[in-house]
Amino acid sequence: MSVAAEDTVTEAPAVEAVPKRAMTLGTGTSLVILAALLVTPVFVKNFVVFQMTMVMIYGIAVLALNILTGGSGQFSLGQSAFYALGAYTSAVLMENFNVNYALTLPIAGLVSFGAGYLFGKPALRLSGIYLALATFALAVAMPQLLKLHFLEHWTGGVQGLTVMKPDAPFGLPIGQDKWLYYFTLAISVAIYVGSVNLLRSRSGRAFMSIRDNEIAASAMGVDVAQYKTLAFGVSAGITGIAGGLSAIVVAFVAPDSYTINLAIALFLGMVVGGVGWLPGSFVGAAFIIFVPNIAESISKGLSGAVFGVLLFIVIFLVPHGARQVAIVAQQMLGKFKN
Amino acid sequence: MELFTNQVLAGIATGAIYACMALAVVMIYQAIDHLNFAQGEMAMFSTFISWQLMQWGVPYWWSFLLTLAISFAGGILIERLLFKPLAKAPVLTNVAGFIALFAIVNSVAGLTWDFTIKQYPTPFGSAPFLGSQLISTHQAGMIGVTLLMLVGLYLFFQFTRIGLAMRAAAALPESARLVGVNTSWMIALGWGMASAIGAVAGILIAPVVFLEPNMMGGVLVYGFAAAVLGGLSSPLGAVIGGFLVGVFENLAGTYIPGVGNELKLPIALALIITVLVFKPAGLFGRAIVKRV
Repeated sequence: MSVAAEDTVTEAPAVEAVPKRAMTLGTGTSLVILAALLVTPVFVKNFVVFQMTMVMIYGIAVLALNILTGGSGQFSLGQSAFYALGAYTSAVLMENFNVNYALTLPIAGLVSFGAGYLFGKPALRLSGIYLALATFALAVAMPQLLKLHFLEHWTGGVQGLTVMKPDAPFGLPIGQDKWLYYFTLAISVAIYVGSVNLLRSRSGRAFMSIRDNEIAASAMGVDVAQYKTLAFGVSAGITGIAGGLSAIVVAFVAPDSYTINLAIALFLGMVVGGVGWLPGSFVGAAFIIFVPNIAESISKGLSGAVFGVLLFIVIFLVPHGARQVAIVAQQMLGKFKN
Repeated sequence: MELFTNQVLAGIATGAIYACMALAVVMIYQAIDHLNFAQGEMAMFSTFISWQLMQWGVPYWWSFLLTLAISFAGGILIERLLFKPLAKAPVLTNVAGFIALFAIVNSVAGLTWDFTIKQYPTPFGSAPFLGSQLISTHQAGMIGVTLLMLVGLYLFFQFTRIGLAMRAAAALPESARLVGVNTSWMIALGWGMASAIGAVAGILIAPVVFLEPNMMGGVLVYGFAAAVLGGLSSPLGAVIGGFLVGVFENLAGTYIPGVGNELKLPIALALIITVLVFKPAGLFGRAIVKRV
C-alpha cells in the first residue's frame, strides 16, 4: 500500500460535510448487531435487560435530537420537554382512559409532533445560542407546568402517576422485562430505519442543505421555514414516542424525572455518539446510562468529577464521537481486505 | 403605587446579582464565542477559595485580591490544559467539555467543602440603604461594584492596546493573526478575565444566597438569560439585561395571579424569548450581517 493510505488512517477524518452513506452502518454490520440484540436477553439477568431497554429508549431520543441538530443544524436543549410530553400522554391515556399501551405510543408521538411543530414556528427566528436559550426555557418550564394544580386530576401533580406494567401478549412464556425489551427493540428498529430513510429522502436532503448553508438552500428552492419547523416537529414526535416508551417500561412518571438534566444528558449522548451519525445515537445513549454508574462505583463522593473526567477523556480522544471510531475501523478493515 | 416602587427596587437589588453574572458571561463570550456553562461553578469555586482564605485568618480585602489572582491564573490554566486542545473540535464538543467541567468543579467543591450552607461576610454591612427597607447597603454596594466593573471593562477594551488586541482576536481571528496578535493567548486571557469577574460576582452574591456548591445554579440561568436579553456582544447590554430580568421577575411574581416562586423562572424566560423573537440579537446587541 502507498503512503497516502496511511495518511488517511492517522489523520482526523473530515466530518464537516457528511456524505449520505456515512450517516449509517452497512447492511451487513446492521444485521449482525440486530442478531446480537435479539439473542442477548436470553443470556443476561432481568436488570441488565431493563438497562438495555433504557439504552434503546434513550437512543431513540438521542436519535431524534440527531435528526434536528445533525440533520437540520438546529440546536435544542428542550428535548426533555417533548420527552415528558410523550411520557405523560402515554401514562395519562393508560391510567385514566384505559387505552392499550401500544396504542398510546402513536398518540404520544402525534401530540409531541404538534407541540414541536408549533414551538418550531417562533423558534424560526432564532439560531445558535439564542435557540439554545429558547429551548432551554421550554425544558425548565415543563416540570413546573406538569405540577400545575388544575392538571393534577390527570397528572397526579408532584407525586406523578404509576402505570401498570404490561404482560407479554398471547400468553408468551417470557417475563415483563424481556417482553418490553423486544417491544422496544421492534420500535427502535422501525424508528431507526424510518429516520435513515427520512434523511435519505428529499426532505432529508432539504434538512442537510439548510444545515450546510441556509442561503444556498433557499436559492435552490428549499422552503427553509417549512423544513426547519418540520425538523422540529419530527424530532419532537420521535422524542415523544421515546418518552411514551419510557413511561411504559419504567411504569412511573413524575415531573422531576424530566428536568433540564435529561435534556443535557441527551445532548451529551449525541456528542459522544457523533453528531449527525444515527447509529451513534445508541452508543451515546449507552454512555449516558452506564458511565454515571461506573463513575459512582469508582468514587461515591466524587462521582460527578469522575464522570466529568471520563467525558473529557472521550472528547479528547474522539472529538467527533463514536462516528470517528467507526470511520477509522472501517478504513482499517478496508486496508486489511487489500 | 408604593408596592410597585418597592417591587421595582427589590427587583433592581436581585437584578444586580444577575447583572454581575451576565457580565462574566459576556466577557467569556467575547473572548471565545461560546457560552461557558461552567462559568457559575467556576465563580462558586473562587468564592469558596476566598472563604477558605478567610477561615485561615486572611483579612477580607487581602483574600479578595488573592482570590482574584488565583481565579485569573486558574481560568488561564483551564483554558491551556482543557480547552486549547479542543480548539479545532466541533462547537458542540466544546459545549460537552463545559458540561464536563461543570460536573468536575461542582463535585470537587462538594467533597472539599461539603454541601452545608455557609455564611459569607459582606464588606458593605447589611443595614438599610438610605432608609429603604428593600435595598440593604450590601445590595447597593453590589450595584456599585457591578457598575465600576462595567466602566473598567469599557476603558480596558476601548483604550488599551491589549484590549484592542482581544477584540480583534475575537472578531476576526485570521486578520488579527496577520497583524501580529497572538490570538491563542488572547483567548487564554479572556478566560482568565472572565474567571476573575466571575469570582467578583460570586463574592458579591454569596452574602445574599449563602455559600454552597449549588449556589450558582439559579443565578447562572438568570445570568445567561440577562446576557442574551441584553445582547451577547454588549457588556452594557448584559448589565441592563440583568436589572431588567430582576425587575420583571419580581413584578411578575407580584402582579400576575397564580405565579408563585415555581413559575417565576419560566415566565421570565418566556418574556426573554418574546423579546428575542422581535429582536433576535438582543436589546443592545449588534445584528450579525452575513456575507453571502
